[in-house]
Amino acid sequence: MSDRQFTDEESVPEQGHDDVDPKGPDRESGNTREPLPDRRTFLKSAAGVLGLFAVSSCTWQEFFQKNFKQMTKEEIEGTIERLRTQYKEKYGKEFVVGAEGPIDGTLYAYGLDIQRCIGCRRCVYACVEENNQSRDPQIQYIRVLRFKRGNMDLEESTIYYNPEEVPEQGYYYMPVQCQHCANPPCTKVCPVQATWTEPDGIVVVDYNWCIGCRYCMAACPYMGRWFNFAEPVIPKDRINTQTHYLGNRPRMRNVVEKCTFCIQRVRKGKYPACVEVCPVGARKFGNLLDPDSEINRIIKTKRVFRLKEELNTQPKFYYFFAI
Amino acid sequence: MQRSGFFVRAVKTLVTGPPVYYVWVLVLLTFACVGIAAYSKQLQTGLIVTGMTGYVSWGFYIGNFTFLVGVAAAAVLLIIPAYVYQFGPIRDIVIVGEALAVSALLMCLMFVTADLGRPDRLWHLIPGWGILNLPTSLLGWDIVVLNGYLFLNLFIPGYILWKAYHNEPTNMRFITPFIILSIPWAVSIHTVTAFIYNGLAARPFWNASILAPRFLASAFCSGPALVMLLYQVVRKYTKFHVKDEALFKIAEMIAYAMAINLFLLGAEFFKELYSDTHHLSPLQYLYAGLHGKGRLVPWIWCAFAFNVAAFLIFLVPATRRNFATLNVGCVLIILGIWIEKGIGLIIPGFIPSPLGEVWEYAPTAVELLVTLGVWSLGLLILTLILKLIIPIETGELTKDARTAA
Ligand code: SF4
Ligand code: SF4
Repeated sequence: MSDRQFTDEESVPEQGHDDVDPKGPDRESGNTREPLPDRRTFLKSAAGVLGLFAVSSCTWQEFFQKNFKQMTKEEIEGTIERLRTQYKEKYGKEFVVGAEGPIDGTLYAYGLDIQRCIGCRRCVYACVEENNQSRDPQIQYIRVLRFKRGNMDLEESTIYYNPEEVPEQGYYYMPVQCQHCANPPCTKVCPVQATWTEPDGIVVVDYNWCIGCRYCMAACPYMGRWFNFAEPVIPKDRINTQTHYLGNRPRMRNVVEKCTFCIQRVRKGKYPACVEVCPVGARKFGNLLDPDSEINRIIKTKRVFRLKEELNTQPKFYYFFAI
Repeated sequence: MQRSGFFVRAVKTLVTGPPVYYVWVLVLLTFACVGIAAYSKQLQTGLIVTGMTGYVSWGFYIGNFTFLVGVAAAAVLLIIPAYVYQFGPIRDIVIVGEALAVSALLMCLMFVTADLGRPDRLWHLIPGWGILNLPTSLLGWDIVVLNGYLFLNLFIPGYILWKAYHNEPTNMRFITPFIILSIPWAVSIHTVTAFIYNGLAARPFWNASILAPRFLASAFCSGPALVMLLYQVVRKYTKFHVKDEALFKIAEMIAYAMAINLFLLGAEFFKELYSDTHHLSPLQYLYAGLHGKGRLVPWIWCAFAFNVAAFLIFLVPATRRNFATLNVGCVLIILGIWIEKGIGLIIPGFIPSPLGEVWEYAPTAVELLVTLGVWSLGLLILTLILKLIIPIETGELTKDARTAA
């Protein structure tokens, strides 16, 4: 396993983090490419500034949509119908937009075996596919950090490694994504409660309620949050139509999004996509409230640690060493 | 009847003035339009037209916002020394200070809105209709205190001037409590703004208790420097009067505030350099560069040089009492604090990123133009407010006056 060479399209290194750009591949040119506003844009701006609704092409219902937490059952159904129509127009496909609530008696946690991870980034791409992340600008919920053996100094780590084959001699890998903190600074700071922790421990965002202030991004110590700096671009044939309102449904520009432990899957009893795709079984997932779950067994029997424990964020994301 | 009378006179006052007034207003209007055009571009495309990224997620807009909150606070805090040292008619001082505070606050609100991804959802912040996440969100608190402060600063001069316009005596016993309230409130807006950054454990550069006190100290440098320039302009073109002595006194106070600011900076330097942990990295990025990247280095050293130079100018009586050097000092200090507290405070908070990456930031043309637009609109508002209220205050524009302006 460890000497396998990745040739399939999904994990060709050139597509990896080496060209990752926080806003998209074209950021440098993107900025200079934009011409300065001329008279025409200025005239357009009359409509632009006065009719913010036209700009964001949203309907009155969308404009007045409530925070998801405060919607009645009927309102949720109405909203979902509207979203499905909207998505069908945009992507030409029938969508399932679920609103399943938490399963009773669940509190999810994640385990990641640093000993096993080979740094192949399959989880990164599986996550992008499953969760309908924008390809341009590029958004990837998972960052795989590469450390030189001998330390765990974040400043010395890199996500821009690009070898012929992984794992590389003398290095080890540590994927980082939202840690679903039990004491999350991100939800605390949000001025409008657009982001919160669900009863099953998943930290979610209501994309239609977020005002795009990015305070949560400043507050997160793990870079678990991403902002859609432009209208997300997802090829029509790659769109995942099995979605959840609080999860992987298509997003709009200028709002924040993040890993949701694949809420659309786990609330139906499936594993997150990254857990399933990992070729070496480094990723574990389970219910903390079930004493016999794999994650509980790992916590009890392995040496586990959590990232930046000194910040008291209390992540429900455990790194461990299998051996 | 009476109201329309006021309205007509107000408009008349606003549209009559010396040529320099027209030129000034026209220039500001032009820049404001350029800013609006740039903003519409940003609205249509998304924040991708700015230099902000997932790494540096706040930039130039929030930097300017932070600077201006300081100006708004300091403009009112000047009431204390004005009262103690008898700068001149205290009412005039209050009114001009509050006009500046109102304009600065409106600029703050414009900058925050410009930074917002979804301004169409601003209503989500309105308690009752939307959800204002109190008490946990400091941004929520900031919105509360900024709007409260805006109300106070509109209400106080509004009341005084309304009475003046109607040739009625001001009931000082009614309005004084509000003036007194506005002083701690000024402190609160700046403290809460500092707490927005201060409370984030993820960002060691901001997560130091020295931040709020330093905010106040630096606000006491830049705010009064702006006020000094403003007084001189107003004094030149209107009957509004401030004594020279008052300006010199303000300059002296700025010197003390700057001494405290520099001392606090030194304390920060000591702690980071001597303990030499990873918390040093943002400071190192700012003043020396990190991993070969240091876009802010020349800027911050400029700011440092400006601040020290202005400090010396204001400290030495000979230069403090000379208008040429005094004004140079004002300009230096405004620029110095604008850099130090704008980009110099916001950007290093994000560098290196919480996962250790150094990703730099520079504002784009759109950001610069929007910023220019907001400043122009703010100065325009200030100009118009002063143009209207000073004649009322000096008694040239009243209900019974036969000629307006
Ligand atoms: S990792 Fe970041 S985004 Fe995820 S819960 Fe913790 S603070 Fe929030
Ligand atoms: S960006 Fe959105 S989710 Fe994040 S703090 Fe602002 S409103 Fe809340």
